Amino acid sequence: MTDTAEPGVRTAGEPLLDLLNGFIVELREAGLPVSLTENLDAMAAIEHIPLEERETFKYALAATLVKNNAHWRSFETVFEVYFSLRGAKYGIDDDTLDPDLAELLDDADNQGQGDGGSGQSGQGGGDALTPEELQQLLYQAMMKGDEALMRAIARQAVKRFAGMEPGRPVGGTYYLYRTLRNLDLDGLLEKMMDQRRQSADDAGESLSALEERLEKDEYEHRVEALKKEIEAEIRRRLVADRGVEAMAKTLRKPLPEDVDFMHASREEMVGLRKALIPLTRRLAVRLARKRRHNRKGPLDFRRTVRASLSYGGVPAEPKFRHPKPHKPEIFVIADISGSVAAFARFTLMLVYAISGQFSKVRSFVFIDGIDEVTSYFEGVEDVTEAVHRVNTEADVVWVDGHSDYGHAFEVFHNKWGKEIGPKTTVIILGDARNNYHASQSWVIKEMQHKARHVYWLNPEPKSYWDTGDSIVGDYGAHCDDVFECRNLRQLERFVEHLA
Amino acid sequence: MTDPRFESVAAVREGLRKVDYLSDEGIAGIVYLADRLQKPILVEGPAGTGKTQLAKSVAEMTGARLIRLQCYEGLDEAKALYEWNYKKQLLRIQATGGENDSWSDVEEDLFSDEFLMERPLLEAIRAEEPVVLLIDEVDRVEVETEALLLEILSDYQVSIPELGTVTARQIPLVFLTSNNTRELSEALKRRCLFLHVDYPDMEREKEIVLTKVPDITDNLADQVARIVRSLRQLELKKSPSVSETLDWANTLMLLGVEQIDAETASSTANILLKYQSDIAKAVREFATDKQGARQFAPGPK
Repeated sequence: MTDTAEPGVRTAGEPLLDLLNGFIVELREAGLPVSLTENLDAMAAIEHIPLEERETFKYALAATLVKNNAHWRSFETVFEVYFSLRGAKYGIDDDTLDPDLAELLDDADNQGQGDGGSGQSGQGGGDALTPEELQQLLYQAMMKGDEALMRAIARQAVKRFAGMEPGRPVGGTYYLYRTLRNLDLDGLLEKMMDQRRQSADDAGESLSALEERLEKDEYEHRVEALKKEIEAEIRRRLVADRGVEAMAKTLRKPLPEDVDFMHASREEMVGLRKALIPLTRRLAVRLARKRRHNRKGPLDFRRTVRASLSYGGVPAEPKFRHPKPHKPEIFVIADISGSVAAFARFTLMLVYAISGQFSKVRSFVFIDGIDEVTSYFEGVEDVTEAVHRVNTEADVVWVDGHSDYGHAFEVFHNKWGKEIGPKTTVIILGDARNNYHASQSWVIKEMQHKARHVYWLNPEPKSYWDTGDSIVGDYGAHCDDVFECRNLRQLERFVEHLA
Repeated sequence: MTDPRFESVAAVREGLRKVDYLSDEGIAGIVYLADRLQKPILVEGPAGTGKTQLAKSVAEMTGARLIRLQCYEGLDEAKALYEWNYKKQLLRIQATGGENDSWSDVEEDLFSDEFLMERPLLEAIRAEEPVVLLIDEVDRVEVETEALLLEILSDYQVSIPELGTVTARQIPLVFLTSNNTRELSEALKRRCLFLHVDYPDMEREKEIVLTKVPDITDNLADQVARIVRSLRQLELKKSPSVSETLDWANTLMLLGVEQIDAETASSTANILLKYQSDIAKAVREFATDKQGARQFAPGPK
C-alpha cells in the first residue's frame, strides 16, 4: 500500500517534530497544562517509539503529556486529528483502499454464500455491491465480530453514504448522521438479537434472561465499535480536506471540569457525573485532612508528659490537642426549574456526598412552590437515586410551574424560617430569573440576620446577571456573598470554602 | 550508566506474559519507555486493577530485587530515606570514654556508613544489583512529604548533609502508584511518565481469568468476563475490579459451577460488589423477571 501523506513524514526527523510542536500547541489551546519539560520528554519519547506502532505511540505521547486521566478524551481527540493521516495503514487513498477492501468483501461474500447467505455474486468488490448486499455483509461481520471486515465496511459506508464533498462547510455530525441513517443500526441490532434467539431455539435451548442480556450487551458493544470506526473515518476525511488546525479547532471541547452546567450536552452530562464521583472523594479527603491537621489546639498535658519519658523527662516534644472546629449546619434551597435543574442536581449531589463534613444538611427545592426533600436523602446510599426522586416526586408547583422566587421564599419563611439559627449556613441555588414576580427579598434579609452565612450560587455567567428578569442583585444585596458557579471547578472551590 | 533492559515493546509484553501479567500496548509501551528515558512511572487507576502487581511483575521478569516503600500519612524522612542510628552513636561515644580518641575522630566516625540506617529509598539508590523500586500509594502522604521524593525521582540521588550526595550506582526502575484520593503536586507529576490503568476490556479480562484461575473452562471465563463488563456499565458506587473478578471466578470454580445463570450470579454477587445498594442494583439487572428479583433480593433470609 502506498502512502499519500507528505513524503517527508515517513522518515521522521524534522517534519515529525514540527507536527509534534503543532500538536502540543493545540493541546495547550484545549486547556491541557503541558509544561516545557513534558514537551521535551515527548520529543525524547518519540525517538524510541516509531509512529508505525500507532497505539503504543499514542500511549507514549499521553504518558509524557497528559498527567490527569480526566484530560484523556481531549488528548485523544487532538491526537486523532493530528496523527490520523500518518502511517501507512491510515492514509486516505481510495484507489489503494479498494483492492484491499474488495478482497475482504469478496471473501466474506463467498463465505456468506457458503453459509447459505443471500449474497448473489462474489465478484465485483466493494463498489459493485448493492446497498442491500453491503447491509447483509455488515450484518454478517457484526454477528461474527470480525473487526477487519467491520472496519472495511465502515470505510465503504462513509465513502458511499456520507456524500462528503471537499470544501463543504458542514460539521462531521452531519455526515455521521447521513451515514448512520443509511445503515439503520437499530434495525441491525434487532435483527442480530432475533438471529441469536433463533439459533438458540434451533439448538433446542432457549436463552435465559441473563444470557439474552449478555448477548445484547455484546452486540451493542459491537455496534458502538462500528460507530466509532465510522466517526474516525469521517474525521480522517475531514482532516484531509480541511487541514489539521481547522479541524482541531472545530473539535475542541472544554475539559470536564470546565463544562458549563447550563449548556452541557447529554454526553457531557454523563462525563460530568463520572467526574463528580472522584471529585467528591478527593474533596472529602482534603477536608477531613484539613480538619485534622490544624495544629492550633491547646497543649495536651497528658500526652506531652507521656512523650517526655523517652527524653528522660524533658518535655522536648510538646503535644497539642486537635481542635474540633464546629461543623456547619447546611440549608440548601435550590431552584429546580428546567434551565437550572442540572446545576441544582450537581450541587445537591456534591453537598450530600460530603455531608460527613457537616453536622446536618437539610434541602429544599422550589419552582414556584417549595418543598422539603431532606427525607429523600436519609438512609439512602445512592445519592443519584435520591436526586432523581427529588426531580420526580417533590411538590414544587404552585400555580403554573414557572419560577417564582418571591412566593417560594415567602412560603419558606412561614414554614421553616424559625428553624434557621446562628449555626446555619444557607445556600441558595438559582439564576434568580423571577419572571417579573415580586422579589420578596426581605425574606433573605431576615435569613441573613439569623443565619451564620447566606450564600447565593448563580449558574449564569456574571455578565448576564441583572439582565432581563434576573434580579440576583436584589437578593445579593442581602447575602454574604454571591458566587458565579458555572462548572465543576467553581463548584468545587465553593464547597471547599464552605467546609 | 545502565544498559537498557528491554529490546522492544513486544519483548516487554512477552516478558510480562511469561510471569502471568497480561499487559496491553499502553502498559508495555510505557514500561519500555520508562526504561529508555530512565524516568519513573506514576501508575494511577481504580483500586484492584493491578497497579502494584505491575511493579512486582516487572521485577520478577527482569530478575531484579523489589524494594517497596508503603506510603501512609505521617511518613517522614526517617522512614523513607535514612536515619542515623543514634543509640549506636551514643554507645560509640560512651565506649571510647574520651581516652585515646580525639573528639574529631569520634565525630568523623559517628557520621559514617556504620551508623546510617538505610530506608527503602536510599537502599534502592545504593543497591549494586538491579532493583525495582515501588513507592506504593503515594497519594497518602501529605503534599509536603512529596518533596522528599523529588530529588530521587529526577536525579536518582540522595543528599545527606553529613555524608554528601549519594548517587545511584544503577538506575532503578521506579513505580509510583496512586489511588487518586488527592491531586498530586505538579512537580511530582512532571518528573514521571503517567500511566492510567483502567479496567481491562473484555478479551483481556477473559485472558486474565484464564491465566490466573487454574482449570477454568473457556466458556465459564467468557461468561465471567461478560457479566463483569455488563456490571461495569451500571452506575455503581464501586465497580468490580479485576481482583474481585478473579475472586468471583475462583468462587464459582469452588462451587463447581459450569454455567452461570441468574440464580448463581445473584447469590454470589456479594463477592463482586461491596455495597449493599450496588448488590441490589446488580441483582435487579441479573433477574429481569420480577420473581427472581424478589427471591434473591439481598437482606436477611
